[in-house]
Amino acid sequence: MTDPVVAEAARQTENDVAPDPARDAPERRAGTEPLIRARGLTKRFGEFTAVDGVDFDVEPGEAFGFLGPNGAGKTSTMRMIGCTSPISDGELSVLGLDPRRHGPQIRARLGVVPQADTLDNELTVRENLIIYGRYFGLPREECARRADELLDFVQLADRGKDLVEPLSGGMKRRLTIARSLINEPDLMLLDEPTTGLDPQARHLLWDRLYRLKQRGVTLVLTTHYMDEAEQLCDRLVVMDKAKIVAEGSPRQLIERYSTKEVAEFRFAPGIQETLDGQFDGLAQRIEKLPDRVLLYAEDGEDVVIAARERGLHPETVLVRRSTLEDVFLRLTGRSLVE
Amino acid sequence: MASLTGAQDRRTTAPIPPLAPAWSTMTRVIEHRALQYRRTFRASLFSSFGIPVLFLTAMGLGLGGYVDQNPDPTLAGLTYLQFLAPGLLAATVMQSGSFEAAFPILGGLQWNKIFHAMFATPIRPVDVTVGNILWIALRLTLVAAVFAIVIVAFGASRSPLIVLAIPAAVLTGLSFATPIMAFTATQRTPDKFASLFRFGITPLFLFSGTFYPIESLPELIRPIAWISPLWHGVDLCRALMLGTIGRDPLLAVMHVAVLVAITVFGAAAASRTIEARLVKG
Repeated sequence: MTDPVVAEAARQTENDVAPDPARDAPERRAGTEPLIRARGLTKRFGEFTAVDGVDFDVEPGEAFGFLGPNGAGKTSTMRMIGCTSPISDGELSVLGLDPRRHGPQIRARLGVVPQADTLDNELTVRENLIIYGRYFGLPREECARRADELLDFVQLADRGKDLVEPLSGGMKRRLTIARSLINEPDLMLLDEPTTGLDPQARHLLWDRLYRLKQRGVTLVLTTHYMDEAEQLCDRLVVMDKAKIVAEGSPRQLIERYSTKEVAEFRFAPGIQETLDGQFDGLAQRIEKLPDRVLLYAEDGEDVVIAARERGLHPETVLVRRSTLEDVFLRLTGRSLVE
Repeated sequence: MASLTGAQDRRTTAPIPPLAPAWSTMTRVIEHRALQYRRTFRASLFSSFGIPVLFLTAMGLGLGGYVDQNPDPTLAGLTYLQFLAPGLLAATVMQSGSFEAAFPILGGLQWNKIFHAMFATPIRPVDVTVGNILWIALRLTLVAAVFAIVIVAFGASRSPLIVLAIPAAVLTGLSFATPIMAFTATQRTPDKFASLFRFGITPLFLFSGTFYPIESLPELIRPIAWISPLWHGVDLCRALMLGTIGRDPLLAVMHVAVLVAITVFGAAAASRTIEARLVKG
């Protein structure tokens, strides 16, 4: 339980001196305020603490992620930033304003993609965009013009006159993203944008989000998919049990908390339990999961060879690069997606 | 010195943009509901005409022909059709108001979640509440106006004050709609709506002087009518359409006061429950 790296990370996080790339990032100019600034941000529901005193900054133009399993407090944090859920304690400023006092004004400049679709199934695709633009007080002609542009952007131009109901999950998500852009937001909040989508739909969505990022739109997203975080986020925080347990770019987090490579051994049922002590010294770190053993090393192939020399014969062997999944496992002792 | 501080303030805090005026954000809610309504407008208008025609024919002419063999001594020449029409007007608008405060509101909060979508924009929970109440008022005005036209076509109104019976009926409908809306916002399924209509709306429909004067009821259950908002609405519409409002203007004022009080109380409650629901997510 006294993993020195994890202990060090916890200490650093507590003292708020964890290496923060945003502070040295080239886009951070003197005098510019972060778009979001949270200090000791807390959300309680009665006795239950959903978000427990978290600190983070989001800078203009970056893609910032909250990575964590279900129930880690990601959505509660997003809803506080989105000014739809009042903060219980701590400080939060969004776009330089106080959500407690200026919620509607902040929301006027946000683009929100909620976890569950909130599209109006009784209206057409295009009508959904236009009426949403009207919520922001935009003139009807302007809403119509932007709606057509955005339908092109999310590749739904040919579905404009169709009702929302028969659209696929991926199309609905794209429509929701288009809708969130109708007010040309300064900040986009995406709560699990691709959960429940098939791989093809996810890649199309990632591509559109990547283009937005390149245009300089600030993205804040939550996800429990490590590949999504790796693809989209410049910087992320790992959340677990209402707290932030690590912060950095995907690459930094992997460097700090994992090795370059991982060898995954799977044994025939019942064998793994008999191999106590047999892995000692094979790798820098060993993680035994119920169905496989993970051996962390700079060179995975070396581990495989050394294991064979010891007479270990796994049924399958996989050597791969470390991912954020490994970081999460290291920090919390659990997998991201259970 | 003051200007120096001002300059510093500008650097550290963003200028606060103006809040969109409430009439504007509220209107967006009405606009969305109207856009949805456009799809069902024709069917809805058809039934708005159909229901009164059916009821006035069956009960006003059919049942009325039988009842009129025993005329009311206090109103010379009053037919049952003329007695019934204002009651049906108020009762029909009550039912529309109750329905509109139940299913579409639960839909916006639970099914397609459009009210949550609104809350992610400058629209505030209070705009969602008031916008929906105003939308229901518009819907009820249409229902009441169509009903009034049918009544006039049947020759069942004795006074031009029937024009005022339209807002009176709308007020009756709202006095049901706002408390029901407050209740709806606490629900996640429509399961309790059936009980609400079976044990709440239907008994009121039957015991609020819609079909007969409440004086005909046994004394023991007459108080049901007195506490029923529908009775206040029925009695008000009847006084307007029979032209008897001048006989007891104070009673008419009391009817209006009761209906306004319930509507306002319901709206305040709905504003709270809808806000709580939207904040909960």
